[in-house]
Amino acid sequence: MFPSLVTPLFRVTVNHDKCIRCRRCIQQCGWGVYRYSEKDNKIIPDEEKCTACGRCMVYCPADALLVEKHPMALRENANWQPYHLRNIWKQAETGGVLLTGMGNNLPYPVIWDHLLIDACQVTNPAIDPLREPMELRTYLGRKPDNIQISKNNGRYTLTVKIPPQIRLEAPFIFAPMSYGALSLNAQKAMAIAARETGIVMGIGEGGLHEDLYPFRDHLIIQVASGRFGVHPDYLNAGVAVEIKIGQGAKPGIGGHLPGEKIPHEISKTRMIPVGTDALSPAPQHDIYSIEDLRQLIYAIKEATAYKPVSVKIAAVHNVAAIASGIVRAGADIIYIDGFRGGTGAAPTIIRDHLGIPIEIALAVVDERLRQEGLRNQVSIIAAGSIRSSADAAKAIALGADAVALGTAALIAMGCHVCMHCHTGNCSWGITTQRPELTQRLDPEVFGRRLANLIRAWSRELKEILGALGINSIESLRGNRERLRGLGLDAQTLNILGVKPAGL
Amino acid sequence: MNHIFQKDISGCGLVGIINQKKEKFSGKIIKRAICLMNERGNGLGAGFAAYGIYEVLKDFYAIHMMFNSAKSVKDTEELFERYLHIEKREPIPHRPLEAIRNYPALYRYFVIPKRADIEASMYELDDDDFIVRVVMKVNSEIDGAYVFSSGKNMGVFKGVGHPSDIAEFYRIDEYEGYMWTAHTRFPTNTPGWWGGAHPFNILDWSIVHNGEISSYGINKRYLEMFGYRLTLLTDTEVVAYLLDLLVRKHGIDIKHACIALTPPFWKDIDEMESDEKELMTAIRMVYGSAVLNGPFAIIFTYSMGMVGLNDRIKLRPLVAAKKGSFTYIASEEAAIREICPSPDVIWHPKAGEPVIAEFIN
Repeated sequence: MFPSLVTPLFRVTVNHDKCIRCRRCIQQCGWGVYRYSEKDNKIIPDEEKCTACGRCMVYCPADALLVEKHPMALRENANWQPYHLRNIWKQAETGGVLLTGMGNNLPYPVIWDHLLIDACQVTNPAIDPLREPMELRTYLGRKPDNIQISKNNGRYTLTVKIPPQIRLEAPFIFAPMSYGALSLNAQKAMAIAARETGIVMGIGEGGLHEDLYPFRDHLIIQVASGRFGVHPDYLNAGVAVEIKIGQGAKPGIGGHLPGEKIPHEISKTRMIPVGTDALSPAPQHDIYSIEDLRQLIYAIKEATAYKPVSVKIAAVHNVAAIASGIVRAGADIIYIDGFRGGTGAAPTIIRDHLGIPIEIALAVVDERLRQEGLRNQVSIIAAGSIRSSADAAKAIALGADAVALGTAALIAMGCHVCMHCHTGNCSWGITTQRPELTQRLDPEVFGRRLANLIRAWSRELKEILGALGINSIESLRGNRERLRGLGLDAQTLNILGVKPAGL
Repeated sequence: MNHIFQKDISGCGLVGIINQKKEKFSGKIIKRAICLMNERGNGLGAGFAAYGIYEVLKDFYAIHMMFNSAKSVKDTEELFERYLHIEKREPIPHRPLEAIRNYPALYRYFVIPKRADIEASMYELDDDDFIVRVVMKVNSEIDGAYVFSSGKNMGVFKGVGHPSDIAEFYRIDEYEGYMWTAHTRFPTNTPGWWGGAHPFNILDWSIVHNGEISSYGINKRYLEMFGYRLTLLTDTEVVAYLLDLLVRKHGIDIKHACIALTPPFWKDIDEMESDEKELMTAIRMVYGSAVLNGPFAIIFTYSMGMVGLNDRIKLRPLVAAKKGSFTYIASEEAAIREICPSPDVIWHPKAGEPVIAEFIN
């Protein structure tokens, strides 16, 4: 047999002097990197299998393991990058479409890192969030352009009711990630955190496990192209329903959960036989145009007593016009997923080269909806790599009502962004269904950590608002005047509607 | 390039006086009050709004114009000829002053909309919207021309100078009105532009403002969605247009319009009774982009009366007093006591709670 040309990316070193031969690394590693040699009484790593997920290093009681970048040199070449070589080698050996997990990791410019936030000095006082009220509460859903009030016997009442809304105590949601892509424990951890912090989570398109039904006030139910697990109770099991058209990591591409990842529980919630592949077609086969989307939106509204309907799309070149059409089709929320958004599995070539950044997409959608007088009718959720509360604040200033945390939520549960979600071997028990791996993710423990993350970002957002001299999040929303661009070209600044630093 | 604008920042002093029985009084009174607060201005802007001063022509919109060039006069009058019936045209009376040397040409026109030979989009507008559209056209399209007052039976007089000089220049003491506001200004950057002084006005709405609207960026974009064109490069303008939108276009009463601009905190709304809670929640949901955030005290006046309003945590001063049928609002108690030494009641309005003094029929 000819050897593979694909060389390891990581070097795994076992310090045999420190090693106590407890073999915990063998147990912890989902990738099968480690084995124990009786003959040598040593742990032997197979570093070709290593993904640098970090699990073994965290859990080695003797601190005897080291995973580092493999030092093997490739001649430097600014054009032929190592990943080009590796991808070609892999494809030459397999003839297949290369798959990957997580978000785009190529060095495209990150616009968040070129936007800076304003602060108060002298002419307007900053507000101390520890002493003064600072409000983050956000309602997602369709709002009328104006309210109507009537006065009876000296009491004012609202005459036209506001349509149902999703109430968030902070402008965050957990991004929709399906049961199947994620373990049930990972979903439960998010549900616990969402309930604790007064926000919501998307559930993705894998149906809803019965254990999650009690979290109904904190769930956004998804209907996607595979229509897995969709039935009337399911549609009504949350505060809103999301129609998934596309995903930032793989715009125009459907999903494929292989039969090996469909054990009994998943088969039950997805309502498909055990061991069959779960195929989500690229388009929804009853939506071939915008008027079809309208029919589905209203069919869902009829089935749910007019709960808010969200439509999730990937950020693509013509996203502004598409968004406008979606609002006109009756959607109450638009979820825009930028090209850096994560995925449980996608063709690498698609993930890395299709779509546009969320910063741009968000800016043009918000602006277009304003030009067309539609912005009140819809809330915007921005997703596709929100890495910190600063990214969130910038997204809100560009025009988002709320932001979604996908990868960030997984990182809070231990994920080291090794980009091997698609293999189903996640050592952290997040993107796997292997019981010995999923059981290590304690929903209570990681629910608490996720709640901590939301609380921490909320506090940081309040600090930012205070520095801006405003005391409610709606005064930041769409307030691009409080952003400045640094090192962005004039055209990009124009598209973002942001002045350069110094003006 | 709509996002490229320079925001004007300033500190200020304000006074407003209303006689709720519409008994008129001289501009001398408000002049004394505003001049007492000299510390609050730096001579780079002052102005007055007077209601009830054009009784004879009260059915006509009084358009006050600043012109920087002969061409801007010609262009503006051409536009007026097309859209408006001009009942009367005259220079705004003013007296030469040593302290005020450079000033624009100042004219006033008493007009009503003309409905013949105009585009259909204008034809269908009611009178007020029609006038707003004409004002927006002049201010955004004609270089060097600026409408600084456009209400009926009221007028704004303003410019670059100390309030005493501006009052003298415009002969404020010669006018008698039943409601007045005045403003002195401490801008941190000095465009030295007459149009940049307060009060700001659209139709019979006028605003004097001390503060900075930190939410300006979104307030501006929100208003643009409803067809307002923000041209003055200052945040005070948004207050006038927001009130115009909420009260005139959306038909919300003045109290609830004020609540929309400075809404109660969620922690207080959560404690309210169901009807009120539902109403306040709806106001916050629908008018989130209209919330005025940042430090401010404003006095706005309109055909029905006068309202004083502070930001939600009272970051700028505002005092109110009553004496008989008079209501006074000012930045400082001293300014009120200067003209009304022993008011019946004097108080510091709470943050976000409007002081509303309307005319009694």
